[in-house]
Formats: sequence, structure tokens, C-alpha cells
Amino acid sequence: MQIKITLNGKPVTAEIQADTLLLDLLREQGCYSVKRGCETSNCGLCTVWLDQLPVLSCSVLAARADGHAIITLEGVPKEAEAFSDYLAKEGADQCGFCSPGLILNVLAMERELTDPDEEQILEFLSGNLCRCTGYMGQLRAIRNYLKSRSKHEREV
Amino acid sequence: MFRAKEYVRAKSLQEAYDLNQKRSSVLLGGMMWLKMGRNDKGTAIDLSELGLDGIEEDETEFRIGCMCSLRRLEQHEGLNRYFGGVWKECTRFIVGTQFRNTATVGGSVFGRYGFSDILTCLMVLDAQVELYQGGIIPIAAFAGMKYDRDILVRVIIRKDGRRAAYTSQRRSKTDFPLIACGLARKEGIWYAAIGARPEKAVLVTAPVTEEPFEVQAKELADRFCFRDNLRGSGDYRRHLAGIYMRRLMEQLGEEDLECR
Amino acid sequence: MERTKHYVGSPVIKKDAKALLAGKPVYTDDIAPADCLIVKVLRSPHAHALIEEIDTARALAVPGIETILTWKDSPQKRFTMAGQTYPEPSPYDRLILDQRMRFVGDAAAIVAGSDERAVDRALRLIKVKYQVLEPVLDFHTAKDHAVLVHPEDSWKSLCPVGADSRRNLCASMTDGTGDVDTVLSQCAHVIEHTYHVKANQQAMMETFRTFTTLDAYGRLNVTSSTQIPFHVRRIVANALDIPKSKVRVIKPRIGGGFGAKQTVVSEVYPALVTWKTGKPAKMIFTRYESQIASSPRHEMEVTVRLGADEDGVFQAIDLYTLSNTGAFGEHGPTTVGLSGHKSIPLYATPKAYRFSYDVVYTNTMSAGAYRGYGATQGIFALESAVNELARELQMDPVQLREKNMVHEGDVMPAYYGETANSCALDRCMARAKELMHWDDKYPSRALGNGKVRAVGVAMSMQGSAISNCDVGSVTLKLNDDGFYSLMIGAADMGTGCDTTLSQIAADCLCCDLDNIVVHGVDTDVSPYDSGSYASSTAYLTGMATMKTCESMVKKILEKGAEYLERTIGDVDFDGSEVFCLDGSGRISLQDIGNRVMCNNGKALEVTESHSSPVSPPPFMVGMAEIELDQETCDYKLVNYVAVVDCGTPINPNLVRVQTEGGLGQGIGMAMFEDVTRSEKGQVYENSFMQYKLPTRMDVGTIQVEFESSYEPTGPFGVKSIGEVVINTPSPAIAGAVANAAGVQIRELPITAEKIFRARAALKNGG
Repeated sequence: MQIKITLNGKPVTAEIQADTLLLDLLREQGCYSVKRGCETSNCGLCTVWLDQLPVLSCSVLAARADGHAIITLEGVPKEAEAFSDYLAKEGADQCGFCSPGLILNVLAMERELTDPDEEQILEFLSGNLCRCTGYMGQLRAIRNYLKSRSKHEREV
Repeated sequence: MFRAKEYVRAKSLQEAYDLNQKRSSVLLGGMMWLKMGRNDKGTAIDLSELGLDGIEEDETEFRIGCMCSLRRLEQHEGLNRYFGGVWKECTRFIVGTQFRNTATVGGSVFGRYGFSDILTCLMVLDAQVELYQGGIIPIAAFAGMKYDRDILVRVIIRKDGRRAAYTSQRRSKTDFPLIACGLARKEGIWYAAIGARPEKAVLVTAPVTEEPFEVQAKELADRFCFRDNLRGSGDYRRHLAGIYMRRLMEQLGEEDLECR
Repeated sequence: MERTKHYVGSPVIKKDAKALLAGKPVYTDDIAPADCLIVKVLRSPHAHALIEEIDTARALAVPGIETILTWKDSPQKRFTMAGQTYPEPSPYDRLILDQRMRFVGDAAAIVAGSDERAVDRALRLIKVKYQVLEPVLDFHTAKDHAVLVHPEDSWKSLCPVGADSRRNLCASMTDGTGDVDTVLSQCAHVIEHTYHVKANQQAMMETFRTFTTLDAYGRLNVTSSTQIPFHVRRIVANALDIPKSKVRVIKPRIGGGFGAKQTVVSEVYPALVTWKTGKPAKMIFTRYESQIASSPRHEMEVTVRLGADEDGVFQAIDLYTLSNTGAFGEHGPTTVGLSGHKSIPLYATPKAYRFSYDVVYTNTMSAGAYRGYGATQGIFALESAVNELARELQMDPVQLREKNMVHEGDVMPAYYGETANSCALDRCMARAKELMHWDDKYPSRALGNGKVRAVGVAMSMQGSAISNCDVGSVTLKLNDDGFYSLMIGAADMGTGCDTTLSQIAADCLCCDLDNIVVHGVDTDVSPYDSGSYASSTAYLTGMATMKTCESMVKKILEKGAEYLERTIGDVDFDGSEVFCLDGSGRISLQDIGNRVMCNNGKALEVTESHSSPVSPPPFMVGMAEIELDQETCDYKLVNYVAVVDCGTPINPNLVRVQTEGGLGQGIGMAMFEDVTRSEKGQVYENSFMQYKLPTRMDVGTIQVEFESSYEPTGPFGVKSIGEVVINTPSPAIAGAVANAAGVQIRELPITAEKIFRARAALKNGG
């Protein structure tokens, strides 16, 4: 079947099977940032935005995305870099395999929560697993990033 | 692995219902569980464009569409205000934000999973489900029904003045519950449900008595049966059930005092 | 040359950070050719069986199926998948496909086809007739069991490790000093208990994966997510029974390893397909496969007898380890050694020790290498026993350790007689105590709401490379305009060694970090390196980097002197110029780099290797603070403090994150990562839904500091960091739980229910 989606701001027409998962479609479309870490909706590596909401692309049928807007990490390079520079500064990128999903969810969190406290941050991001960092370096990066953003906002 | 030959985005409930009468058809919820087993299906029916993804609130009830995400449930102000935050408490440990953005109330309830926090919570609120053909029935009855080919359209929670509390214990924070306990109190009656026993939640009611909460809680807990699975033994669950029921009673008691 | 750069000790950003964080296609699956055959393995449903018949006709008829391989197509020369230096201590007990199935998940057939759907269909259509045999599932009864896991005559052990396939023994040994039994009989206090560690999964986010192609020379190119490219070359050649010259291995970016990828897990399957068909092939392990047919930690039961005098001075340690290597012997004979050799030497006081072990075959998934490599299991046991002794003595476990711990300058008899030339364990303990406010918090305090907070402590050590064995090598080339190529054979698996080795090189060459480009591993190009394991890279390949840079500087001086028409004694090099000492002339590195590309007979290229006669241990102290619900016995980790002596931290950020990450894994292992099996030998925890990794809500607050010693044999005083960090959480958390609940849990993971049961037993006087 044929679907039309808006992928990272651009209209895309794709030929898919009824049971193609969004994750597989996105990788076929060259969005290699989208990773698969499990088959059970547990790891958060495949996070993308479906109409701006972070979802697990391993659990969404590509067909269901027909007519909707998808954003992957490739679609928000500037916003991603603004945060990921903080990750890099902490050395919290490590193997990097979980980073795209985490970055997208951090940006989604920023949009959704105002001035979140630590518990809110941890809860919002609990579905993003990481096996390298023990999460502390990521948390430092998130805190520093959010601090810089609120400072930036005040200045603006 | 999930396999389907055809995908149909239903234009009406009738269309969805008709398509779903074939044994090989399947109604899509959030796809969270569906894609895990070995599932070879004919037609995958998507209800996502039937306007069933919201929560409507009026004077008497909340009507939750079957395609409403768990995340909406978690964040819905009206629901949480009316029921003292139980909806946040019973959803926030379910895997992660992205999971809850995709998982649906309909999928969660229709599956009647043993581990379901949602089902447990709905039971103590004496919620109802609206079936396309079967009409409106109490959730406790629905939980006991066989899987059929009807469509779960909505979940309805009445504003009947009850207050509820919810708690669960998990081995790790976002794991399935080892035990899930819900309790509500209305007009001198306890409404208790325990899920992840590991069987699915069932509803038990009892009059509120003058006995200490510990005794009442134990009596309530003893009316449930418990079994072993990977996450815990039946014995341990029984032990926990008494404790959590007592704590929920205390919580509701305290809130009573605060209200006064 | 005077060193003017100070990258070593600086928190520089990883060289690959930008690409990784932008989600660039740099991992194995991202760069695999689009026309790869999809390779999958049909897995045995039985723990022990013989394939009587295998009918592939219907499966082969599925459109798109290229080939289906069964044991009849597999080369018949046994090999090991363990990534170790030849001759490997691990026995040669594998075939790519065998007629005998030895665990649930063992490979029965390989299917390759043009797309995943076809392959999945074909897998379902293969008909296998199994002769189901009695399995050996309980590792307690495996030794001398009537059923043999490896009855075949072709089984072979290359090293004297006490292996005997006729007894289901993969290894067996005893060593020690002094008369342990006599000393123990004279001790005022003897603690004797058995401690059980499960077959935990490394669970790196990127599962096992490999793609293979044939190149223009007819050679098999293997691109794989591996820690051990050079061992992969040998193992694949052994497995296919082809010359090693026919194999080339390339390592792209890796999504984590933690030891899992120190074993060849996925490589042989696409390799056989490509070798047979000539077509590119790719195998991506599912998470399910990674959980049931991979290379997890060796399940071990460690029995400790720890004897002390009335004052708590240790007199003797007797340690027996029973290790379950599973169906195959990968890393079986070596991991077990660390359970004693890297636990007992934490203590300097015992007059006698004995360490003995058996490693047994069973019909369960083969174990492999996982961060800590046996030390984790031994340290959980010994450190738990020390905490139990402290309770018996009614002594603070910190004080008990201070009395007995190893100090700088001590000879460590159980550590191959090495001397601790660098050891800040005492300072680590003192600092950890401060950070945790131990004296205020020990042993526990009630919070007044039915909850109690308690603390626990443990120490840990590891090694830095395998002494007299591991080889680290580095090649350095000077290019036009004076930039350097640093070619390393060590595998960066996210740990950042491409960056940290560049930091060492930049300091040694007095140049900017950006003036060095790093080339990851390609066995055709990179110098030989044993690989990234045994905590070796920073220490060993780091030293090779220093040596290489020294040789390069000498070559630059020679070339500069030649161009300046002076003798080498008349010139020096400051990193950017070769100059005459008398100020009479100079030539820039840029000019030298460019000039050697014309009319030159001496390449500005050097390779140096390094091996070490010693393996200096890093040390650390970990302290856990937990909060226990007295009624439910549910508990959470509130706070974890760790102070580490890894010698000089090359990159403070990266060693910190390594430490926090290792602790995170250790915390998961301590608290909820479980491995259980059905009566038929199936692993229940076969997904991330059932095998629970810690989330960011589970790890509490982790606080890490460093108390550095200076290791004289390491580059810039460096020791290792990678593994030592995983060992303390289990014993420290068990200790905290004991202080909160009054019961010692001796089997991991420490679940609320185990605490509940132990307390109930205590109450019943059991």
C-alpha cells in the first residue's frame, strides 16, 4: 500500500506493507538515527515524534502514520545539537547507540514540562534505557542544558 | 512478530465491526502487546480516526475513548482532581512516556491482562465499558467475559462521589507490578481490587466497619487468591496485599479528615 | 623534547561525539550493503538432543531463499568462540553447526534469503526430527554426571587447565600458600557461607551483529560489532577451516560491549553463508536471541571460609568456586581464576590462603566474558563474608577492612606474587567514609515511618591487561602538512579509547589533539592488538602509544636534521618545528611532512608494541545507602558513593562516566537482573520485558570521586578503569540490606521477597 507522510518537514510517499513498522520505514528512508534495541517496547531507542509527541516507532504501524508528521533526530539538527553538546561535554555520549532516542525525548520533555524538578525529569525519561552511563552524566547534561535554556529565555 | 495482510483505517464503527467479524481480523490498540507474540493476521483494523482518542467530562461522568492514550489518562486534570491523583499513580510507572503516548486505554482494558494497572484502577471506580454491540456493562463483568469480536468503544467512569487510592510494588520502577492494589470508599463500602496476583484484577466489596484498618484490610486481602510467577510468590503477594490494603485505607481515612 | 601539552588529565570531548550524537550512520547495520542476504538461525527447542533428520525442502522452496545450511554443511573442525590469545585456554568444543544440540537456543540450521519475511517463513517450514536426550541442567551435579555434554572425541583442550570432557569438566585447579585447614582450626572466628551469582546479561543496547562480503581478491571481509577484531580473524578462519589470510575484519562504531563482544557470537553465521554463496550476508541478533544464545556472565557459587583472630585480624581465606560454563567453554577456564585471584589479594593479613575451583559443562547457554570477568563473583562472595564477619565481631565493617586491607608496597601472594606498586585503597576508604557520612549513618537509622535507612560497604580490585600475554600495538604515520595518523588495533566500543589514546599521543608529540586522526580497527591495516578486554587498553595500548610516539619523534629528528644538514645531536623538536640548538636553522613539521613525499627513502611511519610483565590492579571502595520498608521488605537504593584509584585518569569525564556506568550495571545485577530457567532449560528472562535493566529511576544518586595513585609501569601513571567499577554494588547493597533487615542475602539479585523470606525464616528460628 502507499502512504504519504511528512518526514522531517518534507512530504514523502512510500510503498509499504500493511504490517511494516514505522521504525523499519524510517530506516529505509535513510533516517539511520532510529535504532532498535529490543522487540518489546522497553528500550526507548526508536523514539521519534508523531505529530510532535514522542512515541516508540517500533510499536507504530507505518500505515498508521499515513497523513501524519514524523520527526526523527535528522529533522531537528539544531535543537538536537544545542542539547547534545552538553552530553558531549560530560562524556555521556559513550557508545551513542541510545543517544538519538534520548535527545528526542529530552526535547519533547522541554516542550511539555516547565521547569521540571529532578523527579519529573527522571520519570519523563525513564523509558530511555542506557547501559553505558549509569544515567548520572546524562542527568548532569540535562540539568546544565535546561539551566542554559532558562537563562537564555530570561535574556530574551 | 506481528504480521497482517491488510490495513484498514475504519471510517465508522460499523465498518470496523463488520471487518472484525472475521477470525483473522484484529483491532489495533497501541500495538504494544500485539506485536510481541507470533501474530499472523488478515486485516488490521485501525480505529484511530473515529475521534475516540479523547476524554469527555460532564456533570455526571467521564467518558474515555478506547483510543485514548495512557498518557492522556495520566495527565487529565479532571480525572486526577476528581479521584485524588489515582490516574497518575496507576500509570506513571508503566514503561515510559513514549510507551504511554502510544498504548491505549482500549487495548489495555480489552486485553484484560493480569498485570494491568489500568484494569485494577477502573475496577475500584466501578467503571463501565461501552461495547459497540454489547452496550454498557460493568467493568468487573467485562473482565470476566470471554474474548469476543465486539468493539470496546469507551470506558465510562461515573462521578459517584467515591474516593480512591492506588499503589503498586514493582521489582524495578518501570517493571510490571508484582502486585497492584486499588481501593475506593463510598457510602460505607470498600471497593477493593488487586491485580498482578498474577491473575487479572477482580473486584471485592465489603462494608466499612469499626474494626481497625489492619483487621479489615486482612479480611479483604484474604478474599483474593494469589499465585506464583517470575516476579513473586503467592505467599509474598498475600503478605503484601494485607499491608497495602491497610495503607490505602489509612490514606483514604486521612483524606477524609482533610476534607472535613 | 619538552612536553608542553597537557591533554592527559583533561576532560576533552570524544572525537566521535558529534557523529554519534547526530545519529549518523556509523554502526554495523547502518553501513551494511542494501543487498545483503538476511541470515537467521533456527534454534533448538531442546536443551540436549541429536538431530536425526532435518528436512529443508519446503523451506528452500520459499521465494527469496538463497540457502539453508545444516550440520552436514558445516566444517567439522572444532574451535572456540572465545576471544583470547592463541593458544586459547578455552577448549575447542564448537562447530558452527553441530548434530548435537547442547542448550535451548543452540543453532540447528542457518537460513539466508533476500528479505526477512522469506527467511522467517522458511524458518517455520524446516522440519527437524530431534532425538531428545536427558540434559544436565543443574550445575551442582554436572561434574562426573552420567550424561556428558561433550562426549565427542574431537573435543580438544589446548592448555593445561584441568579440563576433562569425560567428567563434564571445563577446568579444575587448586593453588595457595600455607596450611589453610590448620590455620582456620586455630581461628577465633570462622565465617563459612556460599554465595551465588547468576548468569547476568551484558545487555549492551546494540545487539550482536555482523555483515560479510567477498572482496576483489576473493577474501572474506567481516564487518562486525566486536571488541576483538584480530581474534575474530583467527576464529572465523578456524570455524570455516580456511587460511587466516583469507579473512579481513573491520570494526565500525559499536553500541556497547561490556565483554559480550569478546566472544564471537554472530560472526560465523553470515561468514559461512558468504563463503558458501559468494554473496553479502548480514545477521542482526534480536534481543531475544541476545538473551538466550549469547555470552553472559558465568553463573558461580563461591564458598568462602574466612578465619580471623579475636581482634578481627584475618588469618586465612579458603575459597572454592563452582562455575557454570554452560554448553561451551568460552572463557570458562579463565573467568573462574579471577574469582579468587582478584578477591583474596584485597587483604594483606592472611597467613594462608587456598583457592580451588571446578568449571563444569551443563546444557545451558554458554557463558562468556562480562565486565568483571569472575572477579565480580568472587568479590560478592568475599566482601559479603567480610561484612558477615564484622557483624559477628560487632565491629564496623569499615574498621575491619582498614585493619586488613592491602597497602602500597605489599606483596600479594594470591595475585601471582605481584607487589602493589600503586595502591590508594586506604585513601579511597577514608574519602568514601567522608562522602557517605558513614560514621553518622552506620549501621542504620529508623525514619519513623516504618522505613529504615542503612549503609553497606565493599572493596574491589581488578587488573590492567593480562600480564605476559596481551599485546597492544600502535602505528603512527606522519602525513602531508604534518598531521599524524594514529592506527590502533584496540577497539573503541563507546569507551572512548580512540580519544584517550590520542590524548596520550598529543602530549607525547606536543601537538594539538586535532592534528591526530585515529583509525579504528581493520585487521588489514591496523597493527596487531589483542583487543579491548581485560581492562587493557589505557594501560597497555596507552604504553604502546607512548613508545610509538618516542620512535616517531626520533624519526622526525633524523629527517629534520637531514633536511637542515646537521647531525641529530645538533637539533631538537618542539612539536611544530625541528630546530638547530644553536639557532642557526629550523624546519616546520608541515614542511617535513610535505617534503618526505618527494625523493625519500625512509618512511615516517612507526609501529611499536607493548606487553607487560605485571597487571597493576586498580582499587576502589563502594558504599551503598538503602531505604527499606520494614513491612513489605521492598527497598530502594538512595545513594551510592564510590572512590576509585585507577592511577592517573587520562580523561576525568570518561573515567567518571565509566565508573557510573559500571556501578549502574552492578546495581542492576544486585537488585533485579535475574536469570531463571524452566525445567526444560529455557531461560525465562528472554527480553527486556522480563530481564529488567535499571532505569534512571532505579539507581538513586551515584557519587564518584578519584583518589589516584601513580602506577610506575603505566603511561603517565595510568591503571585500568573499565572493569573494577562493577564489583562493589552487590556486596555493598547486600551489606546495607543486612544492616537494615538483619538478614544476609547470599544469592543475587537481592529482591524484596528474598529479604521477606529470610526474615520469616529467622523469626521461625530456621
